[in-house]
Amino acid sequence: MTSTDKQRLIIIGNGMVGHHLVEQLVERDATTRYDITVFGEERHLAYDRVHLSEYFAGRDAQSLALSTSDYYAENDIALRLDEAVTAIDRDNSEIVTPLGRYPYDRLVLATGSYPFVPPIQGGDRPNCLVYRTLDDLDAIREAGRNANTGVVVGGGLLGLEAANALKGLDLDTAVVEFAPRLMPMQVDSEGGELLREKIEALGVQALTDRATQRIEDGEASYHRMVFQDDKVLETDLIVFSAGIRPRDELARACALEMGERGGVVIDDHCLTSDPAILAVGEVALWNDSIFGLVGPGYQMAKAAANTLTDGSERFQGADMSTKLKLLGVDVGAIGDAHGDRTPGARMYRYLDEIKQEYRKLVVSSDGKKLVGAMLVGDNSYYDTLMQYYSNGLELPDDPASLILPSSEGAPTLGPDALPDTATICSCHNVTKGAVCETLDAGATDLGAVKAETKASTGCGGCAALLKSVVDHELEARGVEVDQSICEHFAYTRQELYSIVQVEGIKTFSELLEKHGHGLGCDICKPAVASILASCFNEPITDAAHVPLQDTNDTFMANMQKNGTYSVVPRVPGGEITPDKLIVLGEVAKKYQLYTKITGGQRVDLFGAQLHDLPDIWQALIDAGFETGHAYGKATRTVKSCVGNTWCRYGVQDSVGMSQQIEHRYKGLRSPHKLKFAVSGCTRECAEAQSKDVGVIATEHGWNLYVCGNGGMRPRHAELFATDLDDETLFKYIDRFLMFYIRTADRLQRTSVWRENLEGGLDYLKAVIIEDSLGIAEELEQQMQTVIDTYECEWANTLNDPEKLKRFRSFVNDERPDPDIIMTSERGQLRPA
Amino acid sequence: MTTATALKTETDTMTWQTICSKADLVDFSGVAAWLETADGPVQVALFYLPGHDQELYAVDHHDPFSKANVIARGIVGDLKGQPVVASPIYKQHFRLEDGQCLEDESVQLRTWPVRFDGERVRIHV
Ligand SMILES: Cc1cc2nc3c(=O)[nH]c(=O)nc-3n(C[C@H](O)[C@H](O)[C@H](O)COP(=O)(O)OP(=O)(O)OC[C@H]3O[C@@H](n4cnc5c(N)ncnc54)[C@H](O)[C@@H]3O)c2cc1C
Ligand code: HEM
Ligand code: SF4
Ligand code: FES
Repeated sequence: MTSTDKQRLIIIGNGMVGHHLVEQLVERDATTRYDITVFGEERHLAYDRVHLSEYFAGRDAQSLALSTSDYYAENDIALRLDEAVTAIDRDNSEIVTPLGRYPYDRLVLATGSYPFVPPIQGGDRPNCLVYRTLDDLDAIREAGRNANTGVVVGGGLLGLEAANALKGLDLDTAVVEFAPRLMPMQVDSEGGELLREKIEALGVQALTDRATQRIEDGEASYHRMVFQDDKVLETDLIVFSAGIRPRDELARACALEMGERGGVVIDDHCLTSDPAILAVGEVALWNDSIFGLVGPGYQMAKAAANTLTDGSERFQGADMSTKLKLLGVDVGAIGDAHGDRTPGARMYRYLDEIKQEYRKLVVSSDGKKLVGAMLVGDNSYYDTLMQYYSNGLELPDDPASLILPSSEGAPTLGPDALPDTATICSCHNVTKGAVCETLDAGATDLGAVKAETKASTGCGGCAALLKSVVDHELEARGVEVDQSICEHFAYTRQELYSIVQVEGIKTFSELLEKHGHGLGCDICKPAVASILASCFNEPITDAAHVPLQDTNDTFMANMQKNGTYSVVPRVPGGEITPDKLIVLGEVAKKYQLYTKITGGQRVDLFGAQLHDLPDIWQALIDAGFETGHAYGKATRTVKSCVGNTWCRYGVQDSVGMSQQIEHRYKGLRSPHKLKFAVSGCTRECAEAQSKDVGVIATEHGWNLYVCGNGGMRPRHAELFATDLDDETLFKYIDRFLMFYIRTADRLQRTSVWRENLEGGLDYLKAVIIEDSLGIAEELEQQMQTVIDTYECEWANTLNDPEKLKRFRSFVNDERPDPDIIMTSERGQLRPA
Repeated sequence: MTTATALKTETDTMTWQTICSKADLVDFSGVAAWLETADGPVQVALFYLPGHDQELYAVDHHDPFSKANVIARGIVGDLKGQPVVASPIYKQHFRLEDGQCLEDESVQLRTWPVRFDGERVRIHV
């Protein structure tokens, strides 16, 4: 088809649902029949609004983005951002923007909604803001700079999230709710009361039953809010979060059928009253309901893509059950949580005022089915309840057992109890049946199932359930999931690690004798060598350990492609004295080494022959250098920017900190190499967010980022903790690194480890910060052992004639290897 | 750099040469040595697996894949019971017994019979 034969499809709105529609269309090859143009009013490409609040916690617009402009370009989709559509001209089938008119054959409205600001006198004063877009958050941050106090109007889900954000900006924060309790849509009065207690304990005031009458100039603060009973509250900053309204103004103006209280009416195919026009997401009204969640929006996008490509899948409504953590408090609501939509419904309730937990079950009048549930304080009960609810499973004889605490934790429903129709992933609407189908079609692990069905790639909330279903089904199919490290040990790396640790096994031969067989191989030997080093930190060149090492570790230098080695001394934090720099130059010159400055802020000397390594290192160690472990799966470098010592923007001494970190962790061996960086302010010149451990200075201390990666598959590090003092920073890094070392697979970088970690970042935070596994002290002690036993392994080797024997190119002759031939390029030697 | 323990190659009969001493070897690992042959000097890799049925092996030190002389610096072990060395550069496995590469049928390292004679390591040319 030439492009003139194609129909013109215009999508208005590049939000979460509009973007999902584009993806669905691309997946169905719809670009062969449509020329697609997308208009977005915001200047940003579609981003993850659900995680918008993380923008305040350190994530930037780029990492929240759901896609890239390259993706649009590659698929020939015109993306016109920062260009709002101002009218739809249905008579001429055109849409209008300030920049022109564009004809369409099919049109999709994906305009989302806007935050409702109640008509309060003074509600339009400066510093009265809303919470929906990145630009809104920039405005709040800006206003927050000159403010001490902030108030959120509206105590619903989003209001509490906004309150959390204000608290994060160091404002004294209050929430003002019109209803008698917080989250009136989701929780009942007991739940609301508990929620209030928990939230007030976190330092956020919760004022319920307050209707704001007007906002005027304050005395001590910028604003004064006056309530119905003439009580007042002063504050510098106000954020409205009093509900959302569909952005249906375009549809209204062109006379599409609208709901009574707004929203563009759609049918099961997402068609509006004009069959050329579709609507999806929060602007759409289906069966008299607006769905203010992303999951239902994605399902509409799927149905709309089907409609546009002559498929038959329909939108059939969606469940509004939710679980989330607000201000650190778990809240969950399933189905008819209030029990007021089900005639004859009966309830079970459990309230623990000490632990501050509340759970409620709503069951059908015959007591057999779950029709709703409510959770405050502990969401671990959610998954099982959700399965009973969404699959209509028959309740156990004593339904109360589903919400009562027990020593084994929340009750779980075995994956075999789920019917094939059970929804496993509600974001992508994947059923257990669909998971089983991919397994029948040959998928053999979790990764393949994820790739095939997309399950667990949305909010991630279903990860644990998906894994248990996949594991269970694989087992049922007789697929033995063999995770042995190699043929010599029937154990995973993690299992070997605990065996070594628990039994205190200190050598490979002992481990092999007790738990393996054969001679070992080039897989298990280096893996065990690394485990032994992480646990006991004995010199890797000791006789018992040296045959286990890869050649790089054996000779403590990286082998290059012609069999020569590189030499990389440690330069902590990239700071080096002129004298030391001169020594590096002299050594390089004497041994004719190729010299290069590395990305890790140190100097690499290449082309050393095996038998010269000891003399080279002797010269370096005499000048005060230590080994840089550039050859090992170990701590590499801590990159730093120049920091506040010199830089006019700096707020902390990043070089000093980077040296402390480098000295603390040097010599630490791990499943893969470890890179660190420290930046002296948010400008991030050291690129800390691309490292396994990144530290960025703030006015109040240090922000810690973890699990970033450069390399082939770059990954932004995630913000882990903020404003830490030095001591806490080290404590968290100690625990983090040791936990990684314990639980990662061999050769698994922190980034991949983190992506495979069940429970994700929240779980990691729970383990490291809240010590949910009770192992924090042990991890710290183990790190302390490594720190205390540090020894430069080159210095150790130079003092031991037996070890030095290893550094002979040939044991019976001093001739060098005649096959190493060098040639000259740009004034230095390189391999011929 | 010391070579105190290395003995100079000496030919004591036409066929069994002393190539080095036992003290030059490294347990469960390899070292490289020069071997004088009728066709000129050859670099060989000597592996020592103390306590095993066959304790000593000699194979080419030259790695046919990387074309570098590095085989002695590989990790030794076994695959399905056959002693092997893994090339330290691209990790192919070579059977110590006959030099056969397990990943590529067409590639084989040369091997030489080798044995202890008291403290000496003797190799058959
Ligand atoms: C802080 C916050 C937290 C949330 N948390 C959750 C959660 O935990 N779970 C959950 O399921 N949902 C959550 N949501 C709701 C979720 O973000 C929305 O359901 C989802 O974004 C709706 O997608 P949409 O595409 O319909 O609308 P939007 O994402 O709002 O996208 C609509 C886009 O259309 C643009 N637009 C509007 N009019 C025009 C025009 N005339 N011309 C061009 N462009 C136009 C808008 O600027 C906007 O960019 C949250 C929302 C917020 C704000
Ligand atoms: C507002 C943004 C930024 C400001 C104001 C800023 C400022 C600076 C300053 C003052 C220096 C020291 C320059 C010198 O005197 O030698 C510097 C160095 C550096 N910055 Fe930035 N920076 C910014 C953003 C970034 C970003 C986003 C990166 C990379 C992702 C970056 C990477 C670097 C690097 C690598 C150096 C060291 C350069 C060198 O080694 O020569 N900077 N920056
Ligand atoms: S990160 Fe900040 S302190 Fe460090 S060099 Fe860049 S601007 Fe200066
Ligand atoms: S439920 Fe959100 S990713 Fe599966």
